[in-house]
Amino acid sequence: MSIKVSTTINDDTVDFVCDESESLLDALRNRIGLTGAKEGCGTGDCGACSVTVDGRLVCSCLVLAAEAEGSKIETIEGMANGNELHPLQRKFIEHAALQCGICTPGFLIAARALLKKNPDPSEEEIRFGLAGNLCRCTGYDKIVRAVQDAAREMRGA
Amino acid sequence: MRYEAPETMKAAAQMLAKAKGAAFVLAGGTDLLVKLKSGMIEPDLVIDIKRTKGAYDIKKTATGFAIGAAVSGAQLGEDRVLKKAWPGVVEAANLIGSKQVQGRCTMSGNLCNGSPAADSVPALFAAGAKVALAGPTGKRTIPIEQVPTGPGRTSLRKGEIIEQILLPKRPPKSGDAYLRFIPRTEMDIAVVSAGVNIVLDAKGTVKEARIALGAVAPTVLLVADAAKAIVGTKLDDAALEKLGAACAAACRPIDDKRGTIEFRTKVAAVLARRAAKIAYSRAGGQ
Ligand SMILES: Cc1cc2nc3c(=O)[nH]c(=O)nc-3n(C[C@H](O)[C@H](O)[C@H](O)COP(=O)(O)OP(=O)(O)OC[C@H]3O[C@@H](n4cnc5c(N)ncnc54)[C@H](O)[C@@H]3O)c2cc1C
Ligand code: FES
Ligand code: FES
Repeated sequence: MSIKVSTTINDDTVDFVCDESESLLDALRNRIGLTGAKEGCGTGDCGACSVTVDGRLVCSCLVLAAEAEGSKIETIEGMANGNELHPLQRKFIEHAALQCGICTPGFLIAARALLKKNPDPSEEEIRFGLAGNLCRCTGYDKIVRAVQDAAREMRGA
Repeated sequence: MRYEAPETMKAAAQMLAKAKGAAFVLAGGTDLLVKLKSGMIEPDLVIDIKRTKGAYDIKKTATGFAIGAAVSGAQLGEDRVLKKAWPGVVEAANLIGSKQVQGRCTMSGNLCNGSPAADSVPALFAAGAKVALAGPTGKRTIPIEQVPTGPGRTSLRKGEIIEQILLPKRPPKSGDAYLRFIPRTEMDIAVVSAGVNIVLDAKGTVKEARIALGAVAPTVLLVADAAKAIVGTKLDDAALEKLGAACAAACRPIDDKRGTIEFRTKVAAVLARRAAKIAYSRAGGQ
């Protein structure tokens, strides 16, 4: 059976129809055409599907699209301001904090949520804060450095 | 599969009671969605309780705290008053999964999923929590230790849903703590865990205690003998030794790749002793 869902995604009103058992991730990718969030595992372990729902960081693979009715969703597609990249996005490029890039949208969304709660995290806090995001390529060090550098810039330090 | 998101717990309970076929309550979905997607369950009906009245409330009441069924780990961690009163419970709930999982996971879901390794459950057992249940014909409140009956099983009757988890009021000079052992530093399932809650008298002697162990039996265990071993003491080495021995004696763990029987039994005693020390010092004991 299908169900109609009304949401706000990256500040745009988005209404869509989906199956009742469909995940928010599948709806974003296959119905709405927002393919930034990736499916790495589908079981909440890798964080590649990270988005925020009403300000909360979640794995969109573990949310039913139907649950998003009336919610405000933010995805990687809304992170840059037009052509101007978010400081985290810029620092990921500068520090070469990505290789294949499949984990990157999830890391960026999770890192933004982390810095919102804690603008000046220690290395340990960054590693704990991003423990729900897996990367098979970079070995994490460059990601941690990129987040530290972006945090510094965002604090104006 | 049909998806429903009723606005009251009563409506949700009636829907659940009337449902033909496989019906499931949906809170944060961090267990349910994994099972759904892997085909472990094939629901005919999923009842989302996050839109019911009060589901996201953490209320301070005359008798303690009432925590709504949809309150997430992240929300618990942000509640300063609750964290100050029940640091062990909040710590335990905050150990569940990643930041992403924390954004959704609930203590009610952790409890009803029925894992003996569920992180918040030993801390809630130790705290003496109760659960307020909504049913199709009315409500009832039961002690939390009556809920789990085995791996994946609970004593909830058909149509019953946890509406709130109730934590008692903190008496003066009391404290709680939760510790788990995992081979990694995060994102892992407890191999063994222990929750301890202690109340001291004016002189700093243990007046009351509750000690619970996780992942060492088919359900989380409340170990009365371990509590008895420290009541009337100032948690000296002899008392801690007895506490550990009582915990080890209560263990009935399984042997698997995550831990042998011997390892789990030994670590249960160690963690219970350490958690007791933290709870004791949080209660103001020296
Ligand atoms: C990546 C990952 C890591 C995890 N790490 C941990 C961990 O470290 N420690 C740990 O303990 N768990 C862990 N979990 C398991 C899970 O996150 C927890 O058990 C969580 O607390 C479940 O809560 P929920 O609200 O998401 O439950 P749901 O998935 O919504 O529900 C779980 C079960 O309880 C039932 N239920 C839910 N709410 C109610 C209610 N109010 N009344 C009656 N029945 C109800 C549901 O029908 C279902 O059977 C992890 C899961 C994932 C995906
Ligand atoms: S795809 Fe959602 S966590 Fe891996
Ligand atoms: S860059 Fe390839 S998985 Fe992270």
